[in-house]
Amino acid sequence: MNNSDIKQEELAQVELTQTVGNIYADDAKMSIRDANVFYGNKKHGEKQAIHNVSLDLARNQVTALIGPSGCGKSTFLRCLNRMNDNIDICRVTGQLMLDGEDIYAKDLDPVLLRARVGMVFQKPNPFPKSIYENVAYGARIHGLTNNKAELDEIVETSLRKAGLFNEVKDRLKEPGTGLSGGQQQRLCIARTIAVSPEVILMDEPASALDPIATAIIEELIDELKEKYTIAIVTHSMQQAARVSQHTAYFHMGKLIEMGKTEDIFTRPSHKLTENYITGRFG
Amino acid sequence: MTNSTKRSIENSKMDNTLPLTRSSTQLSTTLTTTERVALSLTKRLQKEKRFKSIGLFTVFFGFILVVILISDITAKALPAFHQHWVKVDINYKDNWLNIDESSAQNLLANPLAKRMKTANYRKVLKNSVYQMFSPPAGKKLNRKEKRQLFKLFSTNAEFTIKETLIASPDHFNKKVSIWVRLDDDVDSYLKEGFPVGEAGLRISEQQAQWISNLESENRVERRFNISFFTASDSREPELAGIKGALMGTLLTLFVTLLLSFPLGVAGALYLEEFAPKNRWTDLIEININNLAAVPSIVFGLLGLAVIINIFELPRSAPLVGGIVLTLMTLPTIIIASRAAIKAVPPSLREAAFGLGASKMQVTFSHVLPQAMPGIITGAIIGIAQALGETAPLLMIGMVAFIVDVPTSIVDSATVLPVQIFLWADSPERAFLAKTSAAILVLLTLLLVINITATVLRSMFEKK
Repeated sequence: MNNSDIKQEELAQVELTQTVGNIYADDAKMSIRDANVFYGNKKHGEKQAIHNVSLDLARNQVTALIGPSGCGKSTFLRCLNRMNDNIDICRVTGQLMLDGEDIYAKDLDPVLLRARVGMVFQKPNPFPKSIYENVAYGARIHGLTNNKAELDEIVETSLRKAGLFNEVKDRLKEPGTGLSGGQQQRLCIARTIAVSPEVILMDEPASALDPIATAIIEELIDELKEKYTIAIVTHSMQQAARVSQHTAYFHMGKLIEMGKTEDIFTRPSHKLTENYITGRFG
Repeated sequence: MTNSTKRSIENSKMDNTLPLTRSSTQLSTTLTTTERVALSLTKRLQKEKRFKSIGLFTVFFGFILVVILISDITAKALPAFHQHWVKVDINYKDNWLNIDESSAQNLLANPLAKRMKTANYRKVLKNSVYQMFSPPAGKKLNRKEKRQLFKLFSTNAEFTIKETLIASPDHFNKKVSIWVRLDDDVDSYLKEGFPVGEAGLRISEQQAQWISNLESENRVERRFNISFFTASDSREPELAGIKGALMGTLLTLFVTLLLSFPLGVAGALYLEEFAPKNRWTDLIEININNLAAVPSIVFGLLGLAVIINIFELPRSAPLVGGIVLTLMTLPTIIIASRAAIKAVPPSLREAAFGLGASKMQVTFSHVLPQAMPGIITGAIIGIAQALGETAPLLMIGMVAFIVDVPTSIVDSATVLPVQIFLWADSPERAFLAKTSAAILVLLTLLLVINITATVLRSMFEKK
């Protein structure tokens, strides 16, 4: 089968498809029902980026979102803490619940939501401030503490949890941008943890890192799930298989298949999922 | 790489004739890729060379022009920093001073110290000078000679005499030697040494004779012209100083910076970070860009019609000047600040938003510090423009002749460029040097502002 045939087949299947597998979790931290995301405005034509996606994020577990480039997995992730609010032309519909609370409710302040649902980005983006300030910033703006000693403790615990403390304890006053790529990403994770969120969203957190740094981050994710609910977008199927308990496969803005990670990677139910994880396209 | 190209590269290696020397008929048919690249390479390198030399020439040309400008101004300005003083023997005779000491009762009623303030020092100066220069053979100076003689001294001389007596009253009725300023024409004559008696020159042969007599008696001294920096404008070139205009400029720039920097940055932040992108903001953007191109004199007219005539703020005041220059500087600052804010990487904003920072927190603790170096550059360009601006200030009366040094933003004042314009327009020869010296002061101020900005900029970049 050559590539163009696959494309044709793929299109036909996506048109018809309904999500297969199990989207429900026994103990859901977040549950999303019929989420749609639109870009553009009425005048210049609106493009739908996410089509009727429904899924649960299981509490204290890692859910991996996989799929080919441009399938909407990052867009979907960004809906979960309303990062898309900052884009004027983006519109989100559907029901997105965090512990039974509608996160798109009119009276809910996105600032409050983002304190509960933290985010780690693809490219390490520490603030151009000291390592200490990077971690302390979140706690400070949310007024978690006014006490210097407490703040010191928050910084230290967060850095410890991110497995960075021993590497940077002697240079907390140095700029965060001076660290290596992998260290910067762990600093960003520490920064996110410092706010004590309930959910951590990770948008390809290891894609800009070398294999060793990636391994450290993956280990870290495994430890973090004890306390946090994690959703991770990744391009690497091996990574998804290694770190996650649940996997959701996105294709062209639709959720094609979702289920336990071992099921998805060993017995995919949908043809598209099978094609993707066997490396026939993507 | 296909076999055929490989082979032809090998062929060309063995071939002694370089690809460049081949005739054009062979070019299209037998050249390999490498040879074609080599051919185009020389052309490309030539282009680069040409561009480099043009660039170098431009830089060199600009540099030469600046050097010529600065050295010319400096050479012309140097005389202004020196001044000639002359030692005259002043006789504080009571009847010259019009102080009658004969009646003790009179003295008690009106103490000497008080009378010294109102005494006739011009008479003292005149009579003392006539005495100094009286011809030996009992001849008397005629009226014309007296007039010419008195003209050798600055009008300021009688005040110097007065101050000396008030400072040390025991000179009363005694003859003392006092240094006074020479007149500006004499000063110029001593500095430049032009031939006397020519038309248009204000030194007669008789006066030149007196001056050389004074010089031979070591009564003439060249001193650093401190009053250039401590005095304000004057009709007499030997007394005119830059301080008034300098203070006026500093006060005006202070008002300008105080108004335009916060307003400009706030406007840019609002437009970039808060305002929705729609037709209205597009319209505002176009208008701001247009405002940057409006001739500055129009802002002066606006200042006159609105700020002075409607709001009735004082004329000639740095406050009004600052407001007018703010109008002129604002578009520059807004445009530069918007560019700097736009250049802040979005990942930084996302990081802060992701942590739950509010829009204000993102804007003021992340975007603004990152954009600060660019904003400062914009502000400096704006302030430097404002520093050199003359036309709008003429309209609001800052062109007036002002003798007092302004001390507040509502005092009457003038600014350096206007002072330069005024002096350049004055007929006295000595103002030529003053004009150049004022330009030097203006350029120095510009340099100081630029250095401050560079230091500030690097401080923000380090953070």
